[in-house]
Amino acid sequence: MATLSLKDVRKSYGKTEVIHGVSIDVEDGEFVVIVGPSGCGKSTLLRMVAGLEAISSGVIEIGGTVVNDLEPRARDIAMVFQNYALYPHMTVADNMGYGLKIAGLPKAERAEKVRRAAEMLDLLPYLDRKPRALSGGQRQRVAMGRALVRDPAAFLFDEPLSNLDAKLRVQMRLQIKELQRTVGITSLYVTHDQVEAMTLADRLIVMNAGVAEQIDTPMAIYDRPANTFVAGFIGSPAMNILPARINAAGNGVILDGGPEIGLPDRLPASVGPGKTVLLGIRPEHFTLSRDGMAGSFPVVVHAVETLGADAYAHGRLTAVAPDSLVVRVPGHLDLHPGRPIHVVPNRDMLHLFEPETGKRL
Amino acid sequence: MNRATFPHRVLPWLLIAPQLLISLVFFYWPAVQALWQSTLREDAFGLKTTFVGLANFRKVLADPAYLNAIQVTVVFSILTAFFSMAVALFLAVQAEKVVRGKGFYRTVLIWPYAVAPAIAGMLWLFMFNPSFGSLAWPLKQMGIDWDPLLNGKQAMGLVIAAASWKQISYNFLFFVAGLQAIPKSLIEAAAIDGAGSRRRFWTIVFPLLAPTSFFLLVVNGVYALFDTFGIIHAVTGGGPGKATETLVYKVYNDGFVNLQLGSSAAQSVILMAIVIGLTAFQFRFIERRVHYG
Repeated sequence: MATLSLKDVRKSYGKTEVIHGVSIDVEDGEFVVIVGPSGCGKSTLLRMVAGLEAISSGVIEIGGTVVNDLEPRARDIAMVFQNYALYPHMTVADNMGYGLKIAGLPKAERAEKVRRAAEMLDLLPYLDRKPRALSGGQRQRVAMGRALVRDPAAFLFDEPLSNLDAKLRVQMRLQIKELQRTVGITSLYVTHDQVEAMTLADRLIVMNAGVAEQIDTPMAIYDRPANTFVAGFIGSPAMNILPARINAAGNGVILDGGPEIGLPDRLPASVGPGKTVLLGIRPEHFTLSRDGMAGSFPVVVHAVETLGADAYAHGRLTAVAPDSLVVRVPGHLDLHPGRPIHVVPNRDMLHLFEPETGKRL
Repeated sequence: MNRATFPHRVLPWLLIAPQLLISLVFFYWPAVQALWQSTLREDAFGLKTTFVGLANFRKVLADPAYLNAIQVTVVFSILTAFFSMAVALFLAVQAEKVVRGKGFYRTVLIWPYAVAPAIAGMLWLFMFNPSFGSLAWPLKQMGIDWDPLLNGKQAMGLVIAAASWKQISYNFLFFVAGLQAIPKSLIEAAAIDGAGSRRRFWTIVFPLLAPTSFFLLVVNGVYALFDTFGIIHAVTGGGPGKATETLVYKVYNDGFVNLQLGSSAAQSVILMAIVIGLTAFQFRFIERRVHYG
């Protein structure tokens, strides 16, 4: 068990920098998830912590020791790979005990540790099997077990659930979280799946193009995204982001296409009347209303996705407006493409962003 | 499995006919011929042929020269197969580590395979000829009494080196392919599990290469037994004495030089039996231990 810290870590391939200075402090026993679209550098970052990739500059510390130039084996970490990376020629027990064997643990002690880990992961009946005789979920658990028996300073997870089917993924997600709580080992977890990120993380790091855009608890990121990228990436369906202008009184925004929405808070001085902004509203922060109710505006529906409990209405502010808007509505609602619905945005859940930089205002 | 079926009865036969024909003409016919000939005795002038039953076999197996050839063959084949595979594996592993110019190294290392056995033999002969060889001279300077024309052990060393060298490229190619087929994440997982590079090689890479190694073992065994004739012929001609006379070389020598066709045929038949037995043994006992991914 240990803390983990990255200070201004950078990575370049030749002259191209792909990680532009990431700093993170992971506390002892904390579960930190790095989430971002593919190619954002999240896996590279994790591999640098593991020691599988060299860092170009910066400092990585595990348990207070600088590990920049240490071999992976000297870093006291365990990693779970996306494809599990189980040794195909070894039994489950040998796979899990491989690290212990190398560490020179006596056979009896090794077997005991493997047995205990296998018990935690319901793998006892499979200890003598080869990985190819296991299902995807079982293989995934073996990979977890291999990390677990070593009792390392930190766990590193590289998209460990992305090869599983949806149902199993939910199951394993819960199991991983529970397991991490029980053993209390500092964990760094990489995923592109924002649901996984939200549900697992004590703290979340949203990465984009080699930059950590925001580091905070999942709810804080959901409530106060630092910029338009984070706003669009966290939450499903993505937040609606619409061009707008501050009204003359400075207490509301006027959307391109007509409707005016009142703002609850006093605006900062830099956001004066007439300033163009980007307005963010999540699909779940609309309330349906009757025609003409105060603060409501019409949305012309052009497509409906029904999920059961909920439905997502895709619409436009006017029939010719360029930007599409998604509104969450109850699943039973009888919607027809081409007809308008009337909605009232939740005033406390509005987000304003700077149009040029995308930063939160 | 989706199997293609032909409605026609003749068409399948027609399609495999060329292959069958080649096998018949170049394999079964000579094999039967050898089998028949091994029971005959030809007189010196080719005027009379007598059926002698198994007399040729009895004579061959009682011949100390033949027993010597068996011993030479065993030593030669095992060492050739071992060195050509070991060196090839070493080179393949090293070539994998190269970051820049990987393709260049691979291409250059594959070239020796294109050299014909007789030419390869000549190259080694010239390099190590005791009187004018460019590499024989430094050996002599180092105080080694280098003379493969008189020293049987040195001659054996020379043909083994030449035969191994010739096959290294081929093995290299397969080992490179085998190494590439091993997922990189396995090596990384082992590195994180605490294994150093040597340990990773012997506990992860080497066992996972087993299918490749097994295949090459069969191929190299056959190569050392049969295809090295050209090299031995060019480098030592089976000498000095009979120090490098392998079974195949003796078949040629007795049959085509000494014109003892019956004996030569009997030796071929024995050789055929040995190879069939060896291959069956390899598949039965070694392949079991091979893990296919």
